[in-house]
Amino acid sequence: MKMIRNLPSANSFGQTSKVSLTVNGTNVEKEVSVRMLLSDFIRHELGLTGTHVGCEHGICGACTVIIDGKSSRSCTLLAVQADGIDLRTIESVANKDGSLHPIQEAFHECHALQCGYCTPGFIMNIVSEFENNEKIDTTDEGIRELIAGNLCRCTGYANIIEAVRDAAEKLQKKR
Amino acid sequence: MSTRSFGTRVKRNVDPKLLKGEGSFIDDLDLPGVLHAAFVRSPFARAKIKSVDTDYARSMDGVMAIYTCDNIGNLDMELPLLIPHDCMNDARTQRTLARDDVYHVGQAIVMVVAINRYLAEDAALMVDVDYEPMDVEVDIEKAILPDAPLVHPTHPGNIAADLTQISGDPESAFARAEHVTKIRVEVERSTAAPMETRSVAAYYDKISGVLTVWDGTQAPLTVRGGLASIFEIDEDKVRVIAPDVGGGFGQKVMFPHPDELLVPLAAMELGMPVKYIEDRRENFISSNQERKQIHHIELYATKDGDVIGLKDFFLHDTGAFIPYGIAIAQVASTSIAGPYRIPNIHVQFQAVYTPTVTITPYRGCGRPQACFAVERAMDQLAEDLGIDRFEIRRKNLISDDQFPYPREGLIFADGLPVTMDSGQYFKALDLIEEKIDVRNFPRMQEEARSQGKFLGLGLAYYVEGTGLGPYEGGHIKIHPITGKVYVNTGLSGQGQGHDTVFAQIVADQLGVNVEDVILTEGDSGAYDWGVATFASRAAVVSGNAIHKTALIVRKKTIKAAANMLEVDEDEIELRDGHAWVSNSNRSVSLAAVATATNPLRYAFNEAAKAATQFAPASRHDGPALDEGQAPGLEATDYYSPPAATWAYGVHAAIVEVDEITCETKIKKYALVHDCGNMINPTIVEGQVMGGVAQGIAGAMYEKVEFDDDGNISNANFVDFVIPYATEIPKVEMYHLETPTPLNPLGVKGVGEAGCIATAATIASGLTDALREFGNPKFRSTPITPSMIHEVLSSGSSG
Repeated sequence: MKMIRNLPSANSFGQTSKVSLTVNGTNVEKEVSVRMLLSDFIRHELGLTGTHVGCEHGICGACTVIIDGKSSRSCTLLAVQADGIDLRTIESVANKDGSLHPIQEAFHECHALQCGYCTPGFIMNIVSEFENNEKIDTTDEGIRELIAGNLCRCTGYANIIEAVRDAAEKLQKKR
Repeated sequence: MSTRSFGTRVKRNVDPKLLKGEGSFIDDLDLPGVLHAAFVRSPFARAKIKSVDTDYARSMDGVMAIYTCDNIGNLDMELPLLIPHDCMNDARTQRTLARDDVYHVGQAIVMVVAINRYLAEDAALMVDVDYEPMDVEVDIEKAILPDAPLVHPTHPGNIAADLTQISGDPESAFARAEHVTKIRVEVERSTAAPMETRSVAAYYDKISGVLTVWDGTQAPLTVRGGLASIFEIDEDKVRVIAPDVGGGFGQKVMFPHPDELLVPLAAMELGMPVKYIEDRRENFISSNQERKQIHHIELYATKDGDVIGLKDFFLHDTGAFIPYGIAIAQVASTSIAGPYRIPNIHVQFQAVYTPTVTITPYRGCGRPQACFAVERAMDQLAEDLGIDRFEIRRKNLISDDQFPYPREGLIFADGLPVTMDSGQYFKALDLIEEKIDVRNFPRMQEEARSQGKFLGLGLAYYVEGTGLGPYEGGHIKIHPITGKVYVNTGLSGQGQGHDTVFAQIVADQLGVNVEDVILTEGDSGAYDWGVATFASRAAVVSGNAIHKTALIVRKKTIKAAANMLEVDEDEIELRDGHAWVSNSNRSVSLAAVATATNPLRYAFNEAAKAATQFAPASRHDGPALDEGQAPGLEATDYYSPPAATWAYGVHAAIVEVDEITCETKIKKYALVHDCGNMINPTIVEGQVMGGVAQGIAGAMYEKVEFDDDGNISNANFVDFVIPYATEIPKVEMYHLETPTPLNPLGVKGVGEAGCIATAATIASGLTDALREFGNPKFRSTPITPSMIHEVLSSGSSG
């Protein structure tokens, strides 16, 4: 897993406030600008650049992370709102030995990514759904609804739908 | 590895890092102390700039520099006209930063550099620009009228270019015709909207004098050449790297957008790394767009449906400037007859300046518009003559034995005459007819009607000139330590899977695993001959260059291995990363062969000992390398296509209209396509599927909307409706593989295929579905629920 950076930076400007949160299982305490977006905090303060920014207004889902167990848009939150939260980013999803999580594996198997820019947002959304639902609706319509908060401009979604089904069925068999 | 990798569904090498969030897109680069740029952009479509006051902004905390047209040296100029053509008179291009005039909302006027983006944007807001707004006309049909306000006073009627191309003898064909079908079609403006916006970062190293630029571009070597030329420094002192790029779709091929010059300038002046990451609104108001064309197309036919002549006149919106020349309009012109013989063609376009974002290619590049025009016209001709839509096409398709089929007089966007090189057009049509189940459709349509639903069958055929020149190169080297094969090419990827398909090509020749072939592309520091990724050309042009190079390395490897194993060359087989003596268990690894072919003075490992000067196998009677012999297993070669190679395909859909919501549902979507030999069918399908999704987006959802003042009123992802998974249907795909005779691999391009025929297919289906409502025609896109509502409620066409 990528190491979290912990340096002072040019981004602690203007009025600041202290935030303390758990990031991918590690406690982080930082003084941040009260204006800073959570997405910028994750990417440029913590150096976790797998969380991408696509639209900056909560539509495309590229910046999706998991906050207290629920998928959330990090571009429409301020870093100061993250005080006390449990935050998980794409960097926490693969296994510690570097091998892929079943949904990542399924994306690879099904060619569910092309440029890969939107992919971390999809993965975080899907991981959250898998964790919060005993049973995933694996019909086409069910999966389309499941991923309807994420935009992809490359794939046309067909292979993402296959990947979600593939991973959901494998995970449900395990349970 | 003894099985062939070409043609198989190899999984992509690049996936794991992207899946784990370990990609390196420009904004992910860790550049210590990086400064951030933000822009002041025009809020007016056309205005005089009376004054620009940056004094207050300059005094703000964290501001490092502010650039206007007055302090950017020789960058204060009109940017290059990239593709000159005689039909443009005094073509207008954008200035790096506006001087005196602005020509569209979003045009860059000032660049602010500060220690972070927040402060840069704060300061940009405090720059005071005084404007005198002018009258504008954004409607291209009105913009050409005599009293319309001019975008550029130099161009009466706002005409940027006017070109007529003629094939055959259209006038006599028009006179001879027994029937003519004339229609007007309109395709709206859209935008590529890549998920990663455009971005650029730069750093100037004073010690080496090297300017390094990381650019999210499709054309890193073009950027390198452009920067060197504009800054007047040697190309070797500029390194341009396109790292991971989050989608391009054409928007990232043109150079330069102003930031691509100004960020390097600031980096050189300030001695610090500088970056600019476009925001989503900026992507809408300042990064190039495409699509708006209005065609008046006429098909001249015999009574039994043989089309003997085609006349098309169209207006092409080029936006405020025309830096990319007439490429889009020229592609549309030369694709206008589609897959049909139509031997007599008269096609004219006028490119029109409007005070809007500049137009350069977006995936499709004129092909979707041409397809929409000719296919809607073919449907109308069929209706006029009482002939079935499949039949009218069958009467006119080029048959297999007519290839190569030239369209003399039409010059394609590569400057070469159009010749359709190969295909099985009839077979594709037969196949789609079967797969969409035409026979049973009338029964389905009737059944649906009895349940209050309207079903329609849509059909459209397309052709796609792909794989344009001028050339690309390939460089291959087998590494002596690991035996891994390193491959370079000059163009760059934006998600197409180049690293995998190029690896497949090389793996087959050198007998190695696909995962052991490592591609570095889009880095002028690694390889610096080539052009760019556009026009569905990477697999064709770089693919064949790499293939030719691999053949040379294969030959060298076999020769050296035969020498080492003391057998004839024809007894050597390359597989599993080794050179084997046929039918034996004797082999030598490629790493060892690579080591042995490099005469060494010093030994660092066992294999190297065999290559040193006193080793038995070394030469003791003359120079270690023969005259003309190069060390190692390495080669470079090039491929320059003789002409574009024409892919094609046919789409069909069954659409359903809901009478209450006016929503269109795509019940079934099937397509047949042919891009020659497929290197990797999974990747081909991915390209086609992505194209279909963008095609559906343009057909039903996406339109860049301008108000009367020239403001984009939907410059965000809320109002500009990009389809989610809930809007894109399942697509059935069927492949034909007709190898092109034009290149050694027999491949054609596929990048743009999916988006070309989609709008025409949906429009054809809706026309069929709603025939009873006054026979609507659906000749403009996007086709929205409002248009359908209008049809259902008034019975008139949308």
